[in-house]
Amino acid sequence: MSAPAPARAPLLEVRDLAVNFMGFDGVARAVDGVDLVVGEGETVGLVGESGCGKSVTALAVLRLIEPPGHIAHGSSVRLEGRDLLALGGKEIRAVRGNHVALVFQEPLSALNPVLKVGDQIAETIRAHEAVTRSTAHWRAVEMLAAVGIPDAERRAAAYPHQLSGGTRQRVLLAMALACRPKLLLADEPTTALDVTIQAEILELLDDLQKKLGMAVLLITHNLGIVAERTRRVYVMYAGQIVEEATTERLFARPAHPYTEGLLAAIPRLDVRRERLQAIPGQVPPATAWPPGCRFHPRCPYAWDKCRSEMPPLLPVGEGQRARCWLVNEPQRKGMK
Amino acid sequence: MSPWRAAARRFGRNRAAVVGAALVGALVLASLLGPLVTPDPLAQPDPVRLQDRPPSAAHLFGTDPYSRDVLSRTLSGARVSLVVGVGAALLAVTLGAGVGLVAGLAGRRTDQLLMRGVDVALALPRIILLLAVFAVWERVPPVAVLGVIAATGWFQTSRIVRAAVLSLREADFVVAARALGAGGAGLVRRHLLPHVAAPVIVSASLDVGNIILLEAGLSYLGLGVRPPTPTWGNMIMDGKDVLFSAPWVALAPGCALVLTVVAFNLAGDGLRDAFDPKVA
Repeated sequence: MSAPAPARAPLLEVRDLAVNFMGFDGVARAVDGVDLVVGEGETVGLVGESGCGKSVTALAVLRLIEPPGHIAHGSSVRLEGRDLLALGGKEIRAVRGNHVALVFQEPLSALNPVLKVGDQIAETIRAHEAVTRSTAHWRAVEMLAAVGIPDAERRAAAYPHQLSGGTRQRVLLAMALACRPKLLLADEPTTALDVTIQAEILELLDDLQKKLGMAVLLITHNLGIVAERTRRVYVMYAGQIVEEATTERLFARPAHPYTEGLLAAIPRLDVRRERLQAIPGQVPPATAWPPGCRFHPRCPYAWDKCRSEMPPLLPVGEGQRARCWLVNEPQRKGMK
Repeated sequence: MSPWRAAARRFGRNRAAVVGAALVGALVLASLLGPLVTPDPLAQPDPVRLQDRPPSAAHLFGTDPYSRDVLSRTLSGARVSLVVGVGAALLAVTLGAGVGLVAGLAGRRTDQLLMRGVDVALALPRIILLLAVFAVWERVPPVAVLGVIAATGWFQTSRIVRAAVLSLREADFVVAARALGAGGAGLVRRHLLPHVAAPVIVSASLDVGNIILLEAGLSYLGLGVRPPTPTWGNMIMDGKDVLFSAPWVALAPGCALVLTVVAFNLAGDGLRDAFDPKVA
């Protein structure tokens, strides 16, 4: 089962990741067989609606799934060839924040309200490196300056509630990057912020990424951000990857009807439309995925085969794959 | 400003709370200094003539049926009440917080075991439990009284702490800290305890008054700390038979008891409002 890792394993390699939650109304298969690869220094997007399993995927990579949820047998998460799912408690803690860091979407609630922000950053440093209290503090101040917070030394003594939303998000970034991780999992890092501040934070993220040479898995539902910031994209729907492609290709020639729907739903200035386009229906509950293709109840092209058989990820070409039978039978699209 | 200093400032602005805290301070001081300035309660120059004397310059609160100075005994009794009240509350809170933390953090099985045990313990009436213990254990040292009262008083706290820990475990900042490698003792100390501390401190301070009343009740029944060690409970007992001829014998410890409990409750309410400005 565990073949020797190739000479140059990708930075992050997720294979067949499945996360189940035991609930009162059955097992919720929140993530169901996700494959995903992030190369060194690469920026990869992971897009999908709320509830499609994006965040759970990120948490599972760091093994932060709490009961009643658990990562199913047969899942594999490898960081530079090392199997993260086989690590002991201490070892996985040494990975978190040190090699792989996670930033959350809620800048207010992700900071401990009773700790000074400088102390919170210093604490993260001290969790991974044997440095003195004062060195850790000094490095925390340095990090705050690096994420563009003016007057960092004074700000380090502030409590989270004394800072603005944008500044708090910068603090979270400083905390995540304090130990120079190789991979940053950014879970909707800008959702809670104003548009102008969003742009600033993403700019900063870009900047830091270049400086530190780290890879970023950018989890978002905002296709604009994906278009601007990523090279490759995975599209998630109902716990599965439904399409993967280079960003350019995804926007030019989406292969999955869901991706098509997402792109059509973006409001545009250059086309006059009475109403915004929407994908009909809703994401089904994770306890009862529809049989066959999980998107078929909402798909304009669905036919019998889609209702009975789940398509695998079929190659479309040039690193593009889509979980859709249309890939094999493109003529059907014209029939509707 | 740190949340602790903000709470201290709110407490300072609350007049009733400050009065309560000042009274508590005064009581502590009086119980410590009392024996230095009051007559020796056991000095009995003329036992018969000094029985049940009304308040006078020599005996400010009068004397009791055994010719002892009521003021000095009331002040000595304050020591028992304060030590047992504060000590038992602190001990109970520590026990409860410990059990609550373990229940909230350990796995499901440990949690279930501990909490079902607490359920059973909460179903037993405390006073009957204490009566049973002290009826069997006659010569109890005051420290043991404190211990037994604490041992029967931590159940509610353990539930509060467990509930707080369970909700904190899912708090974004705890998950975020864990995502960056926090765990073990550091996580408990920096991310859990500070948030559990406020409700625990409040429940402990409100508990002090109850424990003082409980101890006095036990002493009144002749259980727990035994005569001749003065406690407010056994002093009221002594004064019961002469309530009409020499009311001061029971009145002095009775008033001290009321004053003390009111003082602790005022301070405790103040703490609660200081830590939770929403209800204030």
